[in-house]
Amino acid sequence: MKRALILVIISVMLLPLCLSLSSCESEEVTTLYVYNWGEYISDGSEDSLDTNKEFEEYYYRKTGKRVAVNYSTFSSNESMYAKIESGSASYDVIIPSDYMIQRMVKEDMLLPLDLSKIPNYQYIDEKFKGENVYYEDDSDNVYSIPYFYGMIGVIYNSSIVSEEDAALESWSLMWNDDYTRDILQFNNSRDAFGTAMYWKGYDVNEATEEQWTEARDLLIEQKDLVQGYVMDEIFNKMSSGSAAIAAYYAGDFFAMYEDNDDLAFYYPTEGTNSYIDAMCIPKGSKNPDLAHEYINFMCEEEIAVANAEYTYYASPLTTVLENEEYIEVMTEVHPDALEILYGEKANSVPSQAYLNLSPERLVLLNDLWEDLKVENTIGNGIYICCGIILAAIILLTIVQTVKKRKRAKYYTEQPK
Amino acid sequence: MKFLSRAYIFIIFALLYAPILVVILFSFNESGNLSSFSGFTLYWYKDLFRSGEAIEALKNSLILALSSSALATILGTLASFSIAHSKNKYYQTVMKSVTNIPMMNPDIVTGVSMMLLFVGAALMFKLDNVLGFWTMLIAHTTFNLPYVILSILPKFKQMDKHLIEAALDLGCTPSQTFFKIEVPAIMPGIISGLMMSFTLSLDDFVISHFVSSPDFKTLPLYIYNQTAHEVKFSMYALCTLIILTILVLLIAVNLAGSRKKDRPRKQKRVKGATAK
Amino acid sequence: MKSKRSWFERAASSPYIVWSALFIIAPLLFVAYFAFTDRDGAFTFENILSLSSYSETFVMSLGFSLIATTVCLLIGYPLAYCMSRTSERSRSILMVLLMLPMWISLLIRTYSLMALLDNGGLVSTFLVNIGLPKLTFIGTDGAVILGMIYDFLPYMVLPIYTSLVKIDKRYLEASADLGCNSIQTLFKVIFPLTTPGVVSGVTMVFVPSISTFYISQKLGGGSFDLIGDTIERQFQNQVTYHTGAAVSLVMMILILISLAIMNKFSDNEEAIIV
Repeated sequence: MKRALILVIISVMLLPLCLSLSSCESEEVTTLYVYNWGEYISDGSEDSLDTNKEFEEYYYRKTGKRVAVNYSTFSSNESMYAKIESGSASYDVIIPSDYMIQRMVKEDMLLPLDLSKIPNYQYIDEKFKGENVYYEDDSDNVYSIPYFYGMIGVIYNSSIVSEEDAALESWSLMWNDDYTRDILQFNNSRDAFGTAMYWKGYDVNEATEEQWTEARDLLIEQKDLVQGYVMDEIFNKMSSGSAAIAAYYAGDFFAMYEDNDDLAFYYPTEGTNSYIDAMCIPKGSKNPDLAHEYINFMCEEEIAVANAEYTYYASPLTTVLENEEYIEVMTEVHPDALEILYGEKANSVPSQAYLNLSPERLVLLNDLWEDLKVENTIGNGIYICCGIILAAIILLTIVQTVKKRKRAKYYTEQPK
Repeated sequence: MKFLSRAYIFIIFALLYAPILVVILFSFNESGNLSSFSGFTLYWYKDLFRSGEAIEALKNSLILALSSSALATILGTLASFSIAHSKNKYYQTVMKSVTNIPMMNPDIVTGVSMMLLFVGAALMFKLDNVLGFWTMLIAHTTFNLPYVILSILPKFKQMDKHLIEAALDLGCTPSQTFFKIEVPAIMPGIISGLMMSFTLSLDDFVISHFVSSPDFKTLPLYIYNQTAHEVKFSMYALCTLIILTILVLLIAVNLAGSRKKDRPRKQKRVKGATAK
Repeated sequence: MKSKRSWFERAASSPYIVWSALFIIAPLLFVAYFAFTDRDGAFTFENILSLSSYSETFVMSLGFSLIATTVCLLIGYPLAYCMSRTSERSRSILMVLLMLPMWISLLIRTYSLMALLDNGGLVSTFLVNIGLPKLTFIGTDGAVILGMIYDFLPYMVLPIYTSLVKIDKRYLEASADLGCNSIQTLFKVIFPLTTPGVVSGVTMVFVPSISTFYISQKLGGGSFDLIGDTIERQFQNQVTYHTGAAVSLVMMILILISLAIMNKFSDNEEAIIV
């Protein structure tokens, strides 16, 4: 009886295993793996358009086949690259930034795109095409379709930061010790080093080793001032007012501004980074055709407008820029929105894109970043506490041993 | 004195539960901030279930926990059988210390070592995309095994050795003895091992974090992904649901346990009577 | 018949032997392999030697987890003691209350602590409202240690409580009869009898807190880099498996040494009691 019971229990428990096995074999639904930055797509929250679901329906209407979008996110180009390079997971569409695409093209990790499958490519602004692409390739292959672009700027809380400090429009605000523990720094090496190097006017791509080391020293100096090294945590921290100064991507400023209208924004006059995030298909893709379909779908006017209105980043599509609804929405969000994203403000400061670094520089960057991370500033109290605890442990051990010896002596002497 | 100790217990438990209660409270908060409670809403719960991801993750978690705990129980039962019956002292100590390794090692080392194994194997055999359900299953089974073995092994020791001899003398084959005599005797160990490994596997985050891939996300991984970048109130809703489920289960188990308390005593008495 | 039996035995043992060789021993060998090779697979001590730059990380992790463990012990032992002194019924209720946090995922608990401590969270709003200056919790060393204590306290209390409940009441009577007052009884009888509980409690707090990365990520605001964070970053954000493997290897050895020391402690004690 009992044995039967166990058998039943065990077999019931193994059932899902068999089920998952069988489901592997009978694949009706194709899965499309998309790997994107966090908070970088209209996902249906707050009554927006759920882009991925929309694509699933669109594809079903068009071909009668079911597709499921498996959407996951990364928080830095480097972690995305680590995931792809380790070969531990394969994706169909990835959306890295310019310098990472350049690196991946160089390392032959991307599939050349078949533009005939992406008719919407024609709506991409000319300044992102042809001569202007950011990767070097001898052939005329196109490896990526721009998704969004923009520049990095400094976001600050005008109720905390004084007007004079803000009026400087300089990177030095992030090193201002009046705002100790109110500053947020990037938690990815390239952008964090960028803030220091743009401030000092160094070329972020051609800097010498000394300049890199100097940037590291600046960042270490800044470590006492920062509240934390963050990526998208910045949204909560800035809009709740728990931090006052942060460098981040221009588009995200508007999302924070919606929640907290004390926030203001400038592009540092010393120069800043301009970036393009673009859709690519990695070599390991299992469904390149479907991936092309997805990329084309993302460039549809309706979808691109929905995404642009969700992320507030600058869209490379001419159709979006001409869309009246989009213009209206953006102006409502912030009166200067279009100005900051596309207009004078963006063009008035020098900007420079990151380029792929040489392998030696990458190793150096990695090492310096580790130096920064390892540099810990902890209070002396911690060390004192530790010392006391260690002393107590040692004392306890000694007392125990002495006691034990005494006892042993006592017992051995007893029979006499 | 008594009052002091009561007060102490109260204070510590209050501190232990304060954050949990805050999460439960704010999962119903209308405005999306943490500083004040502005009104009751179920919006975050709706938001949580809007995309099927949470449900999908829950389903994955259950599938993985069920299959890995079942697999670990089968392997663990056989392993403890062979350890308990072996006359070779050397074999016993080696097996026991090997079993202890995943328990002594911090989760992160187990996770990293598993990942290196899979990635290394993938390099050797030129596979790609190795991580997924199967690697998760292997990893979970591996860290469940020691707990299963440790809960079954003592039961073998407590068992009356004469019963086995009697069964063998009466013509049972060793396998029959195993299934008819030993398995029923070690049943409580098997059950508790099964339960423990089920909950451990359901709860595990660190090891899964290293051996998972995006196409098989369990609930803890889903929570990690969602909370990695931002405070999301829909995650508070999810946490509330999980906490409530656990509370209900724990109370149910405890009630069942306290009711059962009388039964073993009776059984023992009956056994004693028949023995006489 | 004898041979038949051993045939079944051997058959029963083989799956586990294969499994543990493949999935317990082999992964550890892989860690060692990666720790002692470079990118091209050549043998090297480079990775281990480069760890000197992480010495501060190791010291800090060790310090944090030592403090967390000690505080857990100092809070947890009295708690377990008080719990064991209550009536049977309230004991079972307290047990459920103690078990509940252990069942809730560590992620959720850390996350909820963050909700409470966050700038602009309840605690800081409250402090500002009663007129205290604005305090920052997240991103300080105190918050990380607090997180460890909060997350792992139940793991300290439970084994101590179990060993306290198991104490034979006759020992206490005997010690009272022999003229010990209650405080002497506590230190001379009860505490030595519960050392196995204390040792397993200390292990259960120390090991996870020295290797954590989620707590320091969430509550440390990315400014504190514990060993766990280092390993996690090496494996998830950069493709520097070789350094990561070396760090893991050293941490493993460090923990094994600590465990060995702690077990010495409990052995000593047991010898004294018996």
